[in-house]
Amino acid sequence: MAIGAKDVKHVAKLARLGLSEEEITTYTKQLNDILEHMDKLNALNTENIDPLTHAIPGHLNVMRPDGVREGLSREAALSNAPQSNERYFKVSRMVGEGEK
Amino acid sequence: MGYKTTIGLEVHVELKTESKVFCGCSTAFGQEPNTQVCPVCLGLPGALPVLNKKALEYIIAVGLALNCEINEDTKFDRKNYHYPDLPKAYQISQYDKPVAKNGYLDIEVDGKIRRIGITRVHLEEDTGKAIHGEDGSYLDFNRSGVPLIEIVSEPDLESPEEARLYLNKLKNIIAYTGVSDVKMEEGSLRCDANISLRPEGTEEYGNVVEVKNMNSFRSVKKALEYEEIRQAELLDMGQEIVRETRHWQETEGYTFSSRSKEEAHDYRYFPEPDLVPMSISKEQIERIRESMPELPDQKKERFVSSYGLPVYDAEVLTESKELASLFEDIVASFNQPKKVSNWLMGEVLRLLKDGGQELADMPLKSEDIVELLKLVDNDTISNSAGKVVFEEMFKTGKKAMVVIEEKGLKQISDKEELVALVRDVLNKNEGQVNDYHNGKEKLFGFFVGQVMKISKGKANPGLVNEILTEELNRLK
Amino acid sequence: MIYAKTAHELHQLLIKGEISSKEVVSAVLERIDGVETDINAYITINEEALAQAERADRMIRDGKATPLTGIPVAVKDNMSTKGIRTTCASNMLKDYVPPYNATAVEKLIEAGAIIIGKTNLDEFAMGSSCENSAFKQTKNPWDLSKVPGGSSGGSAAAVAAGEAIMALGSDTGGSIRQPAAFTGVVGLKPTYGRVSRYGLVAFASSLDQIGPFARDVEDAANLLSVISGHDPLDSTSIPGKESDFSLDGASVKGLRVGIPKEFMTEGLDPVIRDAINRAAQLLEDEGASVKECSLPHSEYALSAYYIIAPAEASSNLARFDGVRYGLRVSGDNHTDMFIRSRQEGFGPEVKRRIMLGTYALSAGYYDAYYKKALQVRNLIKQDFDHVFADFDVILSPTTPSVAFGLGEKVDDPLSMYLSDVYTIPVNMAGLPGLSLPFGFNNGLPIGVQLIGGLWQERKLLQVGKVLEQATGYVPVVPERGDR
Repeated sequence: MAIGAKDVKHVAKLARLGLSEEEITTYTKQLNDILEHMDKLNALNTENIDPLTHAIPGHLNVMRPDGVREGLSREAALSNAPQSNERYFKVSRMVGEGEK
Repeated sequence: MGYKTTIGLEVHVELKTESKVFCGCSTAFGQEPNTQVCPVCLGLPGALPVLNKKALEYIIAVGLALNCEINEDTKFDRKNYHYPDLPKAYQISQYDKPVAKNGYLDIEVDGKIRRIGITRVHLEEDTGKAIHGEDGSYLDFNRSGVPLIEIVSEPDLESPEEARLYLNKLKNIIAYTGVSDVKMEEGSLRCDANISLRPEGTEEYGNVVEVKNMNSFRSVKKALEYEEIRQAELLDMGQEIVRETRHWQETEGYTFSSRSKEEAHDYRYFPEPDLVPMSISKEQIERIRESMPELPDQKKERFVSSYGLPVYDAEVLTESKELASLFEDIVASFNQPKKVSNWLMGEVLRLLKDGGQELADMPLKSEDIVELLKLVDNDTISNSAGKVVFEEMFKTGKKAMVVIEEKGLKQISDKEELVALVRDVLNKNEGQVNDYHNGKEKLFGFFVGQVMKISKGKANPGLVNEILTEELNRLK
Repeated sequence: MIYAKTAHELHQLLIKGEISSKEVVSAVLERIDGVETDINAYITINEEALAQAERADRMIRDGKATPLTGIPVAVKDNMSTKGIRTTCASNMLKDYVPPYNATAVEKLIEAGAIIIGKTNLDEFAMGSSCENSAFKQTKNPWDLSKVPGGSSGGSAAAVAAGEAIMALGSDTGGSIRQPAAFTGVVGLKPTYGRVSRYGLVAFASSLDQIGPFARDVEDAANLLSVISGHDPLDSTSIPGKESDFSLDGASVKGLRVGIPKEFMTEGLDPVIRDAINRAAQLLEDEGASVKECSLPHSEYALSAYYIIAPAEASSNLARFDGVRYGLRVSGDNHTDMFIRSRQEGFGPEVKRRIMLGTYALSAGYYDAYYKKALQVRNLIKQDFDHVFADFDVILSPTTPSVAFGLGEKVDDPLSMYLSDVYTIPVNMAGLPGLSLPFGFNNGLPIGVQLIGGLWQERKLLQVGKVLEQATGYVPVVPERGDR
């Protein structure tokens, strides 16, 4: 499954990662090397094997009772904001793309 | 050419839990921005989600109310996309194992029942909100993490009106379960629609257009009607419908293209490693089923069978949970179901509609209405005076007797007093009495009117009829 | 030398009143002053350390001392510390000051430990050499031309160099055990779910675990017992597990020890192979039986890991978008701002893994990569299940070689990844793994790894204790830089 610069650009766009032309070249090569190594998994027959998503598979049903717990003060919430106005986080005017 | 319309709806409903779905922040509405936040719902590095038990119970209740199968094995997944109001850049949602699936609800179209399939009901978290200013967008994360359920219908709806009926029914059912306020105006219910047209007689669905940004049931219907026409015109011209998302512009009444669906984001769903899978036992499902309130369809049937109401009345009364319980409360003390139904459907609903109010806004309790109905029933006041009194009660919250005293509306049922009034009228209208006796029997109504007039409407009409007949016979 | 003592030695002195926590902290701070320019273990030194020592001294006077009270503990800089910046060694978070404590940090503070500082790491814990830190290169205290390992290289080096008495690290594929082996200290990766991950900046959520670094097994046991336990804030934290890791009566009589044959192949440095054989002999001498065992799918673990971990990481690191915290580089619109902030905020390895993980999860590749890797993960877990039906513990190398040279593997990601080949399978199966210092080769430490079944930390620590006793182990801190 060789990937090309076009795939790398598409993936970078999905991940919102800016990459220089040089990085695109490097990553295209490195990702191919790594993925080639990964392809050895295809040698294994995994039919009827459940995917293991959690390290402790029998650990189920973790819930908390519905109740309000104190959170952060607004000051603390906004303390690391690159831009805010004491009440809101601020970003440049959002454009109508993405998901809503 | 004629076309067949196919509509599917995706409805989001906010659940009415005290705290958010994955953290302990309050869900209270309308608070100061960014005051109901914590590391979890702000997506601070290192914070982890823990599921709110009540949110799971609530969605199971909705699933059962919508006749769904409950997935005994369910889990959460991450839906990855970037947007400023989505703190973790993924929404915790459910992909291949929603809590509930394969359900339905029934709507009545032109007197016939149509069964609309529910594909799935799943649990997820709400995003923050953005306010757009001139110089930038301002983000408030108080809503981030509020529990949402998404209810996806099958593409079984065949017209905008059916879509509206479906939404109405869905809202009604969820309101009955008590898990949400289901107010579209406050954002606790939101709806997106998928609509496609295909030429009459063909099987293959047309290209689907997603319509968003509709903020009332009326606008859902209007937007879909607009889309039906727009798509039919394009098809008539031999053009292809673009698969895309369109926004409804409420004020101008049209939809506009916002983003091509071909470029739809690749959400890269995968199982949420920070939450463990859920195993819902049959016992738990049964416990929730048993604790569920009676649902609208069940209640409607019971209103017909135990109160002997016409189906139409039962339908109207069970339309809202509050109205249905008001009905039952009144009937418990005033056991004339049809009369009660007439009052509620006639007077109460009319006054609410005129005032643009909700039942909850009415200042009267069931016993206040019982008192009034009894006064009408025992002829203390006339039926028409009763309506006047009720309107005043409705507006001021005063008790029936107080209004009757104030307006002097107590009915005259004293026979001697009425005989005097009748004789007075007949004496003053000798000519008409003669005409009456000469065959102009229609004049009977004229005499009744005169009696009512001089009694200022307080005369008991039944007794007036009786006495008038006697007196006229006497004068023959 | 106070800084060269173990915590349990210091504890005795503290409760007898022969020394104060303030003196211990001062001694460690002086040592930091002396060697830190060479070692570069820390990103941030806690300015409140001496004030915390005063509080600890009060606890001791009030008779409320725990084994950790007054002991300087270093914390890897990917654990949230309230009021102390937490950078993950990334430009993305270089000014981020968390408003809350990680549960493990909270537990340290409750126990009266002193948070002495925040240690260097490979950016967002992605790497095996600390060469991926955006800020500094931590050096191996035993040889400044060698790497300390990673990603918890700063914590390992701090403990090894006497810049901390003990430390917390995190281990996703070997990030505690590999640097422990490279720097000659004890490092333990607990069973998944033993220690709360709340406040640990996630790399790969289903694999990450916080664990202790210490100079001997007893200290590691004591530190583990403080940080472990159920946390209602972490859904993957497991309730009802013991937190007593007492080593009393440690013995290996009748213990069944397995050595995986797949780990003893040509990729392994003969020096380390010899160490494993020596350790096996010692265990047999103490009454254990040692036999070969097999983990047939372990050769696939690395490939599966480098799909699962980057996939989870690509999602975990998506939140760094410059909206609520972290670096923001302005752009024409918010998408542009995201792209630029992430371009400047992340280093090459982090970008590489985000790319890899995003690709593995993207439409059309999920089944071929991500799902396949999770199935292989199950096969790896089943291998361990089979082994632990017949054996009590596994003895294996921690790393294929001793510490490698700075810059040696920087340009070859795959060969860097291979340094975790013996530790990764353990994370895939959620098991506990302990790396013990086991001698030196040409002045560089050698580590051996003990792997146990789920929740078998106590057994591992007891075996480790027996090995320490059998070899007459005495923790050593290198002289280097001590001026």
